[in-house]
Amino acid sequence: MPTVTYIEHDGTEHRVELPAGWTLMQGATLNGINGIEGECGGSCGCATCHVYVDESFLDKLDPPSETEAEMLECTSSPRQANSRLGCQIKAMPELDGIVVRLPETQS
Amino acid sequence: MTAPAIVVVGAGQAGYQTVESLRQEGHDGPITLVGAEPHPPYQRPPLSKAYLLGETDGMRILFRTADYYAQHGIDLRRGRSVQAIDRSGKRVRLDDGGSLAYDKLVLATGSRVRNLTVPGADLAGVFTLKTLDDVDRIGEALGRAAQVVVIGAGFIGLEFAAVARKLGKAVTVLEAAPRIMGRVVHPVLSDYFTAFHRGRGVVIQCGAVVAAVEGEGRVQRVVCADGAVHAADLVVVGIGVLPNVELAEDCGIVCDNGIVVDQYCRTNDPDIFAAGDCAVFDHPFAASRVRLESVQNAADQGRCVAATILGHDKPYGTVPWFWSDQYELKLQMVGLTMGCDSVVRRGDMAVDKFSLFHYRGGCLRAVDSVNKAADHIVGRKLLAAGISPSPEQAADEGFKLNSLLG
Repeated sequence: MPTVTYIEHDGTEHRVELPAGWTLMQGATLNGINGIEGECGGSCGCATCHVYVDESFLDKLDPPSETEAEMLECTSSPRQANSRLGCQIKAMPELDGIVVRLPETQS
Repeated sequence: MTAPAIVVVGAGQAGYQTVESLRQEGHDGPITLVGAEPHPPYQRPPLSKAYLLGETDGMRILFRTADYYAQHGIDLRRGRSVQAIDRSGKRVRLDDGGSLAYDKLVLATGSRVRNLTVPGADLAGVFTLKTLDDVDRIGEALGRAAQVVVIGAGFIGLEFAAVARKLGKAVTVLEAAPRIMGRVVHPVLSDYFTAFHRGRGVVIQCGAVVAAVEGEGRVQRVVCADGAVHAADLVVVGIGVLPNVELAEDCGIVCDNGIVVDQYCRTNDPDIFAAGDCAVFDHPFAASRVRLESVQNAADQGRCVAATILGHDKPYGTVPWFWSDQYELKLQMVGLTMGCDSVVRRGDMAVDKFSLFHYRGGCLRAVDSVNKAADHIVGRKLLAAGISPSPEQAADEGFKLNSLLG
């Protein structure tokens, strides 16, 4: 199972294994990690699962869809070049070891 | 002073958000969350979409795993309902004969589906779609079904129709009103979505009043008042919801098509609060009393009620937003179209990417977007800031609406 490391805004690290196919949003909420909300249920509709993806993994991700790119315009914390929505990233073997940082606020 | 004991009735979106926010905001007193369903609190939006298509599962739609609650000192009572509230004794009575004392009580009782009341509505094969168990029952029956009839063309009915089409079923949608989603969207959008569904092979009949559901032992057809007969081996009824106000009404809490609260989610009892589908309030954006059936409202009122109880009052007045996913169409709505007198379109309907900007007296009041999340987002910001683009600016895709936000 791919391992994902979430780093909360206060620096708290959580290293968890996610079943392949789970999204990073689901992985956070179901492992009790604070700092990701996912209010819309993972339909790319609320931008409350904003994550900053470690640069070394950025090129392993499919680029954001048009909707995701547009939704990233309304994140509560500032959008950066490595901003993505956790509900749109699925844990897959090639992403094993991915590190994402969580923003200060989601809503 | 010891932290108050808080009881939350209802474990849907609003109830879950309330307990989550209470703990996040530092409440360290007892919390009990009472939910009638057997499952830990879960997200409803995927039920009529990704869950039915098998793209997600019962585990992944949970807000938190089942053990999260105990780990955070939250006493989650699943499969339990509250029968009565004793305001003077500050206790609630449970259906298992037990009772719970509270210092603060939050009613997040939600809504229940409006039932079809025609003969045969209780036949096997006729379903409503609200809970995880409902959807599991539908999913099981859907495998064997060939002809699906959906009664009611609101979001739930149309989302289900889209799913059933994707699964290769013959689908007929019967709507009593003259147009689909008539209660929530502009006629232009009703027409657009009608054409889109028809393009995908769905039969849509508006003005179709269902008179009876018939079948030998299980549903075989739906009969309309005008005599039309629609063959069916599976029927989903989606004709709206009713707020669960009885608990509140029975103990003298003021209700008016919902439990009446103020901007801090307070009822007329200083120790009782309400949030979500069951609550009605004077919305500052609407400038009228509204009851909102949406995830955004449930979540934001959940946060609001937690803040109120903890004494960091944050009045609730978020501009309402909603969404519906049908096929590859993402419909996102922000604001309220009630009372609007003009509308302009931005973008091209022919390529399924456009928004409608609704005005009242020259003032922007709502933006409905189809596959145009950028317009939805800028619409949220404009409406929250009280800034109106002129209708000409809104209709001109070359004009950057963001530039008005400074």
